[in-house]
Amino acid sequence: MAEPLLRIENLCKSFGAVIACRDLSLEVAEGEVHALIGPNGAGKTTLLNQIAGDLAPDSGRIYFNGQEITHLPLHRRAHLGLARSYQITSVFPNLSVAENLQLAIQAHQGHSFRFWRRGLSDPQLCAELELSLERVGLIKRADDLAGNLSHGEKKQLEVGMALACKPKLLLLDEPMAGMGPGGTVEMHKLILQLKRQMTVLLVEHDMDAIFALADRITVLIYGEVAASGTVDEIRNNPIVRQAYLGEEDEPC
Amino acid sequence: MFQFDRQKICLSIGALLLVLLPLLASLAGEPYLVSLFSRILIYALAAASLDLILGYGGLVSLGHAAFFGIGAYVVGILSFHDFEESALIAWPFLIPGSDSALVAWPAAIFIAALLAVFVGALSLRTSGMHFIMITLAFAQMLYFFFVALEGYGGDDGLSLFSRNTLPALDLGDDTQFYYVCLTLLFAFLYLSARLVKSPFGMVIRGCRENEKRMQSLGFPTFRYKLLCFVIAGAAAGLAGALNANQVEYVSPGLMHWTRSGIILIMVILGGSGTLYGPVLGAAAFLLLEEVLSIYTEHWMLYFGPALILVVLFARHGLYGVLVGKEKRHG
Repeated sequence: MAEPLLRIENLCKSFGAVIACRDLSLEVAEGEVHALIGPNGAGKTTLLNQIAGDLAPDSGRIYFNGQEITHLPLHRRAHLGLARSYQITSVFPNLSVAENLQLAIQAHQGHSFRFWRRGLSDPQLCAELELSLERVGLIKRADDLAGNLSHGEKKQLEVGMALACKPKLLLLDEPMAGMGPGGTVEMHKLILQLKRQMTVLLVEHDMDAIFALADRITVLIYGEVAASGTVDEIRNNPIVRQAYLGEEDEPC
Repeated sequence: MFQFDRQKICLSIGALLLVLLPLLASLAGEPYLVSLFSRILIYALAAASLDLILGYGGLVSLGHAAFFGIGAYVVGILSFHDFEESALIAWPFLIPGSDSALVAWPAAIFIAALLAVFVGALSLRTSGMHFIMITLAFAQMLYFFFVALEGYGGDDGLSLFSRNTLPALDLGDDTQFYYVCLTLLFAFLYLSARLVKSPFGMVIRGCRENEKRMQSLGFPTFRYKLLCFVIAGAAAGLAGALNANQVEYVSPGLMHWTRSGIILIMVILGGSGTLYGPVLGAAAFLLLEEVLSIYTEHWMLYFGPALILVVLFARHGLYGVLVGKEKRHG
């Protein structure tokens, strides 16, 4: 079997007495959309934080594209091709939508120790900016402050910034949470488009979306992998049904 | 579009007034205004340089006077050795003193930048309250160092024999000195205006908004912030060098943390993150000081409430009031 794009080995992380990751191992193959599900507090976001580098694990190893990244700083991981969107949107509120995307593009054009000309005088950057704005459907709002966007639009921008980094692996943390039905459909379409272009590790609560989008699903419960497999395997897995999806004959 | 025009008009009027000031002063028969405004220009330069890290970088430094003071001392010490005809450094190579602005001012900028590399490398590892305290601590350390430095006057400071010399110009002449300060301030403002809109400036502004996010986009933020800190420190060093020339005297008081506080007040009064605001802030502060201190020694008593009003009601300072509140300037 080919080397997976992302391999996590025996990852442990605890916050005092709370164990967020318990000897967790996981593999994400290149090109798949891998969904991570689990009840609240299962450690999904903590796991993403450790993969992206926001948090350091207590022990265990993380390999990305064959290289160990367990102790690399955030920005180095980004350059290897890891990008993420945050659950709590973290766009730059006092910069315009275009400037937000410009920064994301700039991050992958080599260094930014350029002091004289405006960023937008660079034709390559301009072209990419246009493309990014179009992809997330925010062309009309390009000059508005990101802080003035609606919740759904911020999420779109958030994903757009992650995409502008042209990642090999995209980590999406609940991209659809808190969105209206229209926004969910848009995001759904966007992720479907990505499906052929990059590997996606997706944390989401919307089960319909997950069953429609994911190739493989991993279920986390109390920081442990309770099950991992294809959509059908997970749907029929008794442990998962009981712990997460809820057995139909379970007394209420 | 109207906002944009209003800003341009305000800036043009401001620049024109500053250019014509010596003429206006002599017409009004108040030649001392030229030296008052030289002082304003010098503090404006220091305040504008602080705005680069405060307004755009979001880094509240309470130690900016350290760079201002070190720049002044470089000029003072070089001039002292030039007058005494002694060597500043005798070994391993001889460095004599100098009273040339072409030597002393670049030296002031360089030494201030060097200090900023050192201070920045340590203090930028922290943020928020800790950053304020560390920058404050460094400035105070330097203050006490110069208080203890008896060779250069210690607590009493150091008087310059004369102002620095420039080829073809007489800096001893207040009007010529004024125009030198004005040129340097305009040059710095122009460079900064380019800087904050450049890719580098975008990174700095991004760091102010959300540093963690910048890192996850792939920016090694520390080195960008450090460079910005060094640029600001170097410009403050130049302002210090000009200040030493203007008053022909340097003392440790230049580095005292209250001086950092004054520069900070100028930035906030004028409008942080507006680049031109601090110039306005420096002018307002020093003019108010000039006027109020005619009436009372405790002029701060009246200045305080004025500052509180500005902070409460003008989020972007005086500059924001002037060019319109909605104007977003980074």
